[in-house]
Amino acid sequence: MNMLLSPFALIGRQTLALLAMIGRFTIFVAQTLSHMARPPFYGREFLTAMVNIGWLSLPVVGMTAIFTGGALALQIYDGSSRFSVESVVPQIVAIGMVRELGPVLVGLMVAARVTSSIAAEIATMKVTEQIDALTTLSTDPLKYLVVPRFIAAILVVPALVGVGDIIGIYGGFAVATGQLGFNPATYIRNTVDFLQFNDVLSSLVKGAAFGGIAALMGCYFGMHSGRGAQGVGQATKSSVQAAAVLILAANFLLTSLFFST
Amino acid sequence: MISFQNVHKSFGPKKVLQGVNLEIAKGTSMVIIGGSGTGKSVLLKSVLGLVTPETGTILVDGKDATSGDHDAFLARFGMLFQGGALFDSMPVWQNVSFRLLRGSLKRPKHEAREIAIEKLRRVGLTPDVADLFPSELSGGMQKRVGLARAIAAEPEIIFFDEPTTGLDPIMAGVINDLIREIVTEMGATAMTITHDMTSVRAIADNVAMLHDGVIQWTGPVAQMDDSGDPYLTQFISGSAEGPIEAVR
Repeated sequence: MNMLLSPFALIGRQTLALLAMIGRFTIFVAQTLSHMARPPFYGREFLTAMVNIGWLSLPVVGMTAIFTGGALALQIYDGSSRFSVESVVPQIVAIGMVRELGPVLVGLMVAARVTSSIAAEIATMKVTEQIDALTTLSTDPLKYLVVPRFIAAILVVPALVGVGDIIGIYGGFAVATGQLGFNPATYIRNTVDFLQFNDVLSSLVKGAAFGGIAALMGCYFGMHSGRGAQGVGQATKSSVQAAAVLILAANFLLTSLFFST
Repeated sequence: MISFQNVHKSFGPKKVLQGVNLEIAKGTSMVIIGGSGTGKSVLLKSVLGLVTPETGTILVDGKDATSGDHDAFLARFGMLFQGGALFDSMPVWQNVSFRLLRGSLKRPKHEAREIAIEKLRRVGLTPDVADLFPSELSGGMQKRVGLARAIAAEPEIIFFDEPTTGLDPIMAGVINDLIREIVTEMGATAMTITHDMTSVRAIADNVAMLHDGVIQWTGPVAQMDDSGDPYLTQFISGSAEGPIEAVR
């Protein structure tokens, strides 16, 4: 009988654990938001987070965007040539990069680089009692560690997305003009004329949302990590997984919000 | 004075503290001893709000430790953590003067640095250590920096969690002497967690033995060897025979 019931017990345990985690995360987010409005504010930690999340992510974001833009131009050219509409390459590269690939790829890159780094750093601080030390030094760990990273991510990831969009479009431009025979001036004009304010706005809003998700996941799993090296490893892995899935889910929701008619 | 009154704390099914009653007089040095996993650190952390007891009361100078302005309450404490718990993202002097660089005790940066260097000197470290990062220090130096940080804001109450763990006997002796000197010189109330009997004899005015979630024995360090308490006697002698179960 026990053997028969054990799968149900397992499902029950997993469901309860998931619900408990959702509850803890909701409280964590509410506490973070409430701390954002109350002093003290840690300006130096905020600036450090801006540099770590934004400036130091530029190389990986640039590389990702330029190769993706180039590949996108090749794919669209190949697909559109079947219908003899190769001239749409600039427009589709622009819309593809700005509306979808730019924000999503930057979000995922930030999740890989920043979420993992935040989770590992905070989890290590927890394991080595540095979080407890902060508390005993009259410093709220949430305010000192989480709030600066969260605000910095919300502000700098849209900028990263903007840079990624431009570099991605340039990647498409370089391939289209260098390899596929497009006229550079026409390519640029078609790109600029086709993009609308709403496309750019959606890209930047997605960037802010994905940045917030990436920072919160890193901080949450870091602050709730288990003991020892295994706990740090588990926290890092879980944070990246959760951030990636939530970024893709948020992307769908935001796309529905901006573009569903 | 710190007073524990019938303090209980469990983690899941494991009952760690099962009714701890203990008084620590102002200006005295209390050392709490007991085997690994008996809840010594939990007891210490429960005063600071790092662990919340299920039942019982902890009073500091007659006031409930959980009520009132928590920041002002914590400003009265200094703590040396077992592993030092130094912030590895900042240099030594900023670790030491952490409390003096932010919050209600904030001082100008140059003043905070001067105080940090003075405290480093007090624990036997030279000023050139100030600009190093914690990862560049040996274990003994990290403990000294942790001690300097604990005393930087001149706290009334200082907690030491396993201050000599992981140190060689000579360095452990140096740390023990420093703790004793500093506590005496500052007139602070001290609470130390350890299972190092050399530390106990060097640091303690009074000793409390925690076992099975309760204080089995408490008294002046001078009476420790003649207490007649079977738990304490076994713990001091390090014998496997006695009321404390030794898992082999």
